[in-house]
Amino acid sequence: MQLQCPMPKLDFDIITLGHGSGGLLTNKLLDSGVFHLFDNEQLQQRHDGAILELKGKTAFSTDSFVISPIFFPDSNIGELAVNGTVNDLAMCGAVPKYLSLSFILEEGLEMTDFWEILVSIKWAAEQAGVQIVTGDTKVVEKGKGDKIFINTSGVGQVHDNAKISLEHVRPGDKIIVSDSIATHGVAIMSVREGLEFETTIKSDTRCLNHTVTALLDNFGEDIHLLKDPTRGGLATVLNEIARDGNLGVDLNQKHLPIQKEVSALCELLGLDPLYVANEGIFMAVVKAEIAEKVVDKLRKIEHCSNAAIIGEVVENHINQVVITSAIGGKRVVSMLIGEQLPRIC
Amino acid sequence: MHWGNWPIIKLQKEMKFLSEYRDADLAKKYLDEIRATVTQPWNIMEVCGGQTHSLVKNGIMTLLPDEVQMIHGPGCPVCVTPLNLIDKAIYLAEEKDVILCSFGDMLRVPGSKKSLLQTKAAGADIRILYSPLEAVQLASENPDREVVFFAVGFETTAPANALSIDKADDLGLTNYSILASQVLVPPAMEAVIEDEESKIDAFLAAGHVCTIMGMEEYYPLVAHYKIPMVVTGFEPVDLLQGILLTVQQLEKGEALLQNQYSRVVKPEGNRKAQELLHKIFEVTDREWRGIGNIPKSGFELRSKYASFDANLKFSIDIPKVEEPKECIAGLVLKGIKKPMECSQFGKKCTPQNPMGAPMVSSEGACAAYYHFSGAIETIS
Repeated sequence: MQLQCPMPKLDFDIITLGHGSGGLLTNKLLDSGVFHLFDNEQLQQRHDGAILELKGKTAFSTDSFVISPIFFPDSNIGELAVNGTVNDLAMCGAVPKYLSLSFILEEGLEMTDFWEILVSIKWAAEQAGVQIVTGDTKVVEKGKGDKIFINTSGVGQVHDNAKISLEHVRPGDKIIVSDSIATHGVAIMSVREGLEFETTIKSDTRCLNHTVTALLDNFGEDIHLLKDPTRGGLATVLNEIARDGNLGVDLNQKHLPIQKEVSALCELLGLDPLYVANEGIFMAVVKAEIAEKVVDKLRKIEHCSNAAIIGEVVENHINQVVITSAIGGKRVVSMLIGEQLPRIC
Repeated sequence: MHWGNWPIIKLQKEMKFLSEYRDADLAKKYLDEIRATVTQPWNIMEVCGGQTHSLVKNGIMTLLPDEVQMIHGPGCPVCVTPLNLIDKAIYLAEEKDVILCSFGDMLRVPGSKKSLLQTKAAGADIRILYSPLEAVQLASENPDREVVFFAVGFETTAPANALSIDKADDLGLTNYSILASQVLVPPAMEAVIEDEESKIDAFLAAGHVCTIMGMEEYYPLVAHYKIPMVVTGFEPVDLLQGILLTVQQLEKGEALLQNQYSRVVKPEGNRKAQELLHKIFEVTDREWRGIGNIPKSGFELRSKYASFDANLKFSIDIPKVEEPKECIAGLVLKGIKKPMECSQFGKKCTPQNPMGAPMVSSEGACAAYYHFSGAIETIS
């Protein structure tokens, strides 16, 4: 991520309770550059909410971000907060248009950190082509938060060709991932307190809406389902498909794209990459006949060079996801129970 | 007594690189050989939970011929830690000044009333660590807090626990202690063999335990009980090669100690680690969850280091509780019953709501079967 935007001169260097009071300090904070940073017609109104014009079917989604640490290799919570909601809208087959942006700040947050996050939000919004049209800032006492929590909500216009629903998924459909799995989750783990691995693994968080639009332009209703396998990883979304769709899912270990370094770190930490969170990839369930073409198309798009068909929707073992291991054995990939905990040995 | 003169069979083709141990063609070759060799049913126990995990993860049981039954042994540290000790850890974690440190997968194991994970959610300061040395660092950074490390595990984790005591002693720390439940593999294997109902024909011995302790302590078991043992690694090809060597011995009526994992395991083990263990710990009787007391089956701190023993440092006043009567964990851990033969399996007892420890960890026999057996009827 690249965007340099110097912080304006301020007469405070940390966030205090007053910055969330709605009074003078709040105005000072907003006028310090927040409004300027995200400047658009809606924000200029400085009204209680935004009045929007949308045509046709509208998708609406929301997401909250409570990640620790708030800065991680090559990205931070701000970029994640924009991409999260943008990508949720994209998974509905929508073109994201407008976002709301709400902060819950913990007293004592360094203004330089907050500014860096704001700049990332601006950059991410520009990349995704969305406007931030309304927002809110609250401050909680020290110890009652974890530096910064962000909520974003968004609306987008559903693509004319989109017919994305679990109802359209059929046995025989192919399952595709748009790029290597588990990268984001492992990047975060590698900088968690107490681990601090020397790795070059970077978070792959990015907006996926332009890629999704390209697929819908080309393949329309043959794209049956889109999911971004964030928390709980690929295993969780596949289990949801199997359970909610009354279908079976077959996966092939050999075809799962994963960076060597990510795979090595997962083994070291005792984590199964199928359960590790992703941010910059999506999973598509598509009609078998177009699967190869979808993969070819994806591989030509930046950050999708490792796109692959990883499995198939099947009629047998209903409600279960079954993976064929590299040596040909089979096992059930179940839902993650609670948090994935590192093993003793 | 020195046992070094016993024959160690060196495998002709040692495999050196990790990828080779996951090679599908090589795996098939070993599977074909197992099929060609086996003529009658055999029960083979893989001792270590790591091996169980790999067998399940790679779907190896779906590939083996019906004659070869794998029985998941007691080598899952999470599974054999007594209920009472988990209650003690919870009690300590709830003490105001205590930071309780633990390996991750101990957190979900249910105590008599709740788990460490629930205790953490209720506000206790419980930290998931990867090494006990991090706990020593925490102790030196927090002189006004008591740091307790929940030292669970086999011979593989014991050296790191010993190192943490050695380090804390060097640093003169008075606020570091361990709540120890360190257990030893060979006495547990003997307890399994000695059980009248035991059906075990052979063992895959735990590769990483032997990396530390060497192979010497297994020769008497092999000789006395005439039971084949193959020290085996953890990759799919390791396991298949270990199973093949075991089946070959069984079919020939032999009982030898072989080392499949010779790229890592030296017959004498890791002398440096052993010296450290000897310096800090002495062998003691231990309670094993599901199995009961096994003589000389664990480590405890030598009296010189007694000040680092959380059991002595804190007065832990909790009642001793009994395991749920319906849980047959002990029979499962000894390979006498299969998890599916338990009346509660998959009903009252599931990984979401485990009654006994083998259902908690992914290395536990019951959890392994739970995930695997759901598919066994439908996977062809």
